[in-house]
This record gives sequence, C-alpha cells and structure tokens, in this order.
Amino acid sequence: MYRVIPIAIAILTVVLVAAGTVHTGGEGAAKSPDGAVRALYEHAKGRDFKSAYQYVSPSSNTDEQAFVRDMGGRDGSLRTYSNLQSVDTRILNQNDNAAMVRATTEWSTAVGAVYDTRDLKVVNDNGTWKVDWAVEKQTKVPPQVIPVNYLRWDIVTRGSDDDWGAQNVEAPRVRIVSMNAIERDGATIVMGEIENEDTVPAFVAVNATLVDKNSNVIGEESSFDKISHTLLPKEISPFRIDFPKVKLAAVKSVRMQPNSMLVPASADPVIGVLHEHVDKDPRGRPVLKGELINQSGATVNIPHVLATYYDGSGKVVWVSDGYIDQALQPQTPVPFSVGLQQDVASNVHNYRVTVNEYSLDRPQ
Amino acid sequence: MIRNFLIAILVVAGCWFAATAAHAQGGLQVPKTAPAGQELRISGVNGTAYVFGPATAFKTKVDGELVITGDKLRAAGRYTVVAGESSGTFFVVPDAVGNVAFLARPSRVPAAKPNVISGTAFVLDKYNNLIMQPTPVKFDLAVPGTPAETRSETSKYGVAYVRMDSGKKSGAAQFVAQSGDTQVRRVVQQTASDPCNIRMKAEPSKNGILVTTDPIKDCAGNAVPDGTIVTFTEVDLSGRSTVDSRIKKGFAQAELPNTPGADLTVASGVVIGNEIHWGGK
Repeated sequence: MYRVIPIAIAILTVVLVAAGTVHTGGEGAAKSPDGAVRALYEHAKGRDFKSAYQYVSPSSNTDEQAFVRDMGGRDGSLRTYSNLQSVDTRILNQNDNAAMVRATTEWSTAVGAVYDTRDLKVVNDNGTWKVDWAVEKQTKVPPQVIPVNYLRWDIVTRGSDDDWGAQNVEAPRVRIVSMNAIERDGATIVMGEIENEDTVPAFVAVNATLVDKNSNVIGEESSFDKISHTLLPKEISPFRIDFPKVKLAAVKSVRMQPNSMLVPASADPVIGVLHEHVDKDPRGRPVLKGELINQSGATVNIPHVLATYYDGSGKVVWVSDGYIDQALQPQTPVPFSVGLQQDVASNVHNYRVTVNEYSLDRPQ
Repeated sequence: MIRNFLIAILVVAGCWFAATAAHAQGGLQVPKTAPAGQELRISGVNGTAYVFGPATAFKTKVDGELVITGDKLRAAGRYTVVAGESSGTFFVVPDAVGNVAFLARPSRVPAAKPNVISGTAFVLDKYNNLIMQPTPVKFDLAVPGTPAETRSETSKYGVAYVRMDSGKKSGAAQFVAQSGDTQVRRVVQQTASDPCNIRMKAEPSKNGILVTTDPIKDCAGNAVPDGTIVTFTEVDLSGRSTVDSRIKKGFAQAELPNTPGADLTVASGVVIGNEIHWGGK
C-alpha cells in the first residue's frame, strides 16, 4: 500500500507535465489565416510579445527583438505609449499555401485613437498558419557628429525688486492671415492660418466664439492640438476649431481672438517634408502622403503632421492632422499619411504640410 | 480829534482781529515747508501732540519741543500738528532727485522708423515722491557701436516725455533716462524689416541637394534676425518637398532630395527669392 501513493503521484506528475506540454504546443497553432493574425494581435494587446512572436513565420526572417520593437515601438515614439484597443481582420485572398489578410488596428494613445492598416501575408506552415511579419529595415545612421548651430531664445523677465517702470518685454505680434467657417457632419468648423509677424518666438492659441442672430454666444472653443503652438518668426501655422452639434446656419458671426505669449524657444530640430502628394490608401480613400526627414542630430520622439488644404482661390478649405507613431531618427526618412475626405480632395488645388515635434530630451 | 479816535479804534480792532486769527491758527510755530525724510523740530508745544499727514498719524507727549523724526516725514504732502487747543500745518516737499521711473515703449521696433520710440520719465526723490518742480531729464538712445541720439527735456509736474526715431542699425538699443545722478536703462530691440531679396544657390551633397541662401538682409542692409523661417521648396514629378529652415548666422540652409529636373524655390514671409531648375533636360 505504501508503494501505491508514490506511484500515483509519479503518474499524476507525468500526466500534468504532458498536459502542460500539449497546451503550450497548441498556443502557436492557428487553423486559419485571419485566426493567426488575430491571435498575434491579441497577444500583442496584452503586451505579451513573446507569445505573439510564436505566430510569426520563420520565413519572414524577423528576429524576436525586431518584432517586439516593430510592434511595441522604440525610441520613445508614440507607439511606446500606446495600447492596442481592437483589431479587425479581413482576408483579401487565400489559397492552400498563403493568404493576404488586411489588419486594421486601433491604438489608444494620449493624443487620441491612432488607426493603422496593414496588409499581412500569412503562410501555411504544415497545417498551421503563421504571419509573414516583415519588419521594415530602418537605415542606420553611422556614428558621426552632426554639427548644429544651436539657436535659442531666452527671456529676461521683470524682477520683483524692479521699479514699476520696468515692464516685461511685449508679447509677440501675431495675426490671423486667413479664416474660413464650414459645416461638416453636423458640426461647425472654423479654420484658417495664423502668422507670427514678430522677430521673436511666440506661443499662440486661437479662440473662436460663435454668435447667433440675437447676439447670443452659442459656442466658444479654442484650438487644441490642430495648431502649431510654438511659432518662430514669420512662421505660419494652420488652426482648426470644431464646434460639434452647431449648425452653421445658426451662426451669424464668428469672433476670433488670437492670443500670443513670449516664450523661450529653440529653432531646432528642422524637419523636412519630402515627396508630398495626394494618393489613395489601401482602402481607396484619399490621403496626403510623403516622408518626414529630421535634418538635425537628435531624435524626435513624436512627430505631429498638420496639413493645410487650399482651393483654387487660395482659401483654406480643410485642415487635418495626424500623429506618427514612429520616432524620427536623424537623417532617416519616415513615411507619413494624413486622411482627407473625398469631397475635400476633389476641391483641393494646393496644400502645405508643417510638422510639430515633441522630444523627450530636448529642452523647449 | 474824533478822526484820530476812530483811527485808534480801527488799529486796536485790527490788532485784536490779528491776535484772534493767530490764536485760531493754533499759535504753533510750524515752518511752511519741510524737506522729505528730514527731522523737524517745532518749539512751544506742551502736552499731548497729534501729527497726521499723507502716510502717517501718531500722537506723542511733548515737553516744550516736538521732534518729528525723518522716517515719519517721508511722504510729501500736507501735515497737521494739533497740541491742546493749538494747531498748525506744514508741507513736506520732495527731496532732490533720487529715482526715475522710466517707461520705454515699445520693447521691439523696426529699424529706421521715425517717432516710433517713446520714453516717459517720472522724476522722483529717494522716497518716491513725485518732484513737481521742473527738472531736467536727458534721454539717450543708442545701439552699441553707433553714436547716441540725445534729447534733453524738462519735466512738467514730475513727468518728462520724449519721442525718438529708431536707429538705422538693428540691435539691442540702450535707452537711458538720466536726471541728476540717477539714470535708468531700458532695452529697445531694433529689428530688421522683411528681407529685401533672397538669393540661393544649390549644390549636390551627400544626401541630396544642399541649398544655401546668401546672407539675408533687409533693404537697409540689416541682417534679418536669426530664427526667421525660410521655406525651400522642390517640385518634381514625385510631388513636392519643403523644408522650413531657420536663418542661422545670417543665412538659411537645407537639404532637398536630388531629383533631376526639379524646380527649387525659396521664400520667407511674402518675399520670394530666385528659382533654380536642377539638372535634367
């Protein structure tokens, strides 16, 4: 009898180990192409990138570290501060050996939802579908010194022991150079451009007040992130202010108030916008595409693209923006695309792209 | 005889009236004026005395001579002394110039503009009493390295005012108001105007085309401030590339993609520079 218990325990241990092994082996197995994509993203959602990597096909030649950097972000980019919220998959085509699956993901970030659409090749690996996850090879900038003539404005402000005649330096002179109000999707949208006409940097904000025919205020909003808040001398930024659920017909006049403040600022980094053109995204919707290149020597962690669209008469007809979830390494082009409505696209004759930047290490 | 009698009565009545008036005045021997911040002695005061003025009020026991210390007489204005049934008033007048409150406007101004800089000087003594007497005030405005523009004004009711032209040279102009030995300095930034013209040149570089402007100046020859945005644009078949460069050390520079047949342009604000057709056929 005293032998029975150890034998039973040994058998139980073997059974449990076997069960555990079987479960682990089954985690990487996907029986359908979109199931593989879905499973990969589901693990990424829980930030379990190691398990997610098990759905990556060895034929994609992507090592685990590269996959984790691609999925979870790197260099303090917006993706590193994001969480995957949802994933939607659709099989574009499929045969016995391979399939093409479109994955549309929604990432929640501090600056709102960021959507990403990716067409993924999924291969059949002995009955198990795995994702061919191609990581875009990023050009590595060789070690070097990039000379930057660092230009910066600092401000001496009035001290508490100064006499009352010693006033602070005046606020920068800014001007709204164009303005347009439209109605879209049941909201009144006020947009335009503001210029820093002064010779010092300005922190700007634009407030708009909607007034109805009885001179009652029916809405008051300010530009939030659809504006470049820090403007260098002679710099122009678009702005857009949305008034949800306000019909344009109810608005008799719009009171605009540009506010400016003198702030210490830096003239760097310089970000170039290359090969801008209006194109179609994988779903056939118009987008403004191009590449950003950081011409300075320090990493820009979160680039923010602002696009201004003009009609044939030069009037601003739309302002859109988008955050890029990839950091800008020095001298390395990074693609961007900003959404554009079909009806606006047909009316656009010209456009201008400006870039806001947020850097972790650089003092503003 | 009657006439002399009447005259005598009138003289006596006049003396009586003067004596009554003097009694009503208080009978205290107070000076008409006293300098701010200096001790004042009033004799012939006995008992409890009350002193009040623009920034002080106190009572004190006095035995023969009332001493008001200088720290109680710093604010200029009318002071009253009451002792028993007697009273008297005196005025504390401002001391010599000890301070100038100077308002200079604006803090930034385009170079070479007439009557754009204003200076207002309030002449005060060391206790910040406004000196109402006409006082000479000298205003100097100069960018380092250039001769100063000087103007002398006399204050009226404590205020001297001047309007001056901005200098031809850009830079931080030192605007000084001086009265007596006291001077106050303010800085008025004289800035260049918009660029007069922009010329750029292009050359191949490691990563594309390096476009560089000549030194950018306004029409008076002043360098346009560093940090001013200069936009370089390249238009080719693949679209448009733009770089918002900043003027640094007088010129702007950027790198654009090397695409044969591209058109390169440069602009800053409303000023457009030259155009370059890059390579191609």
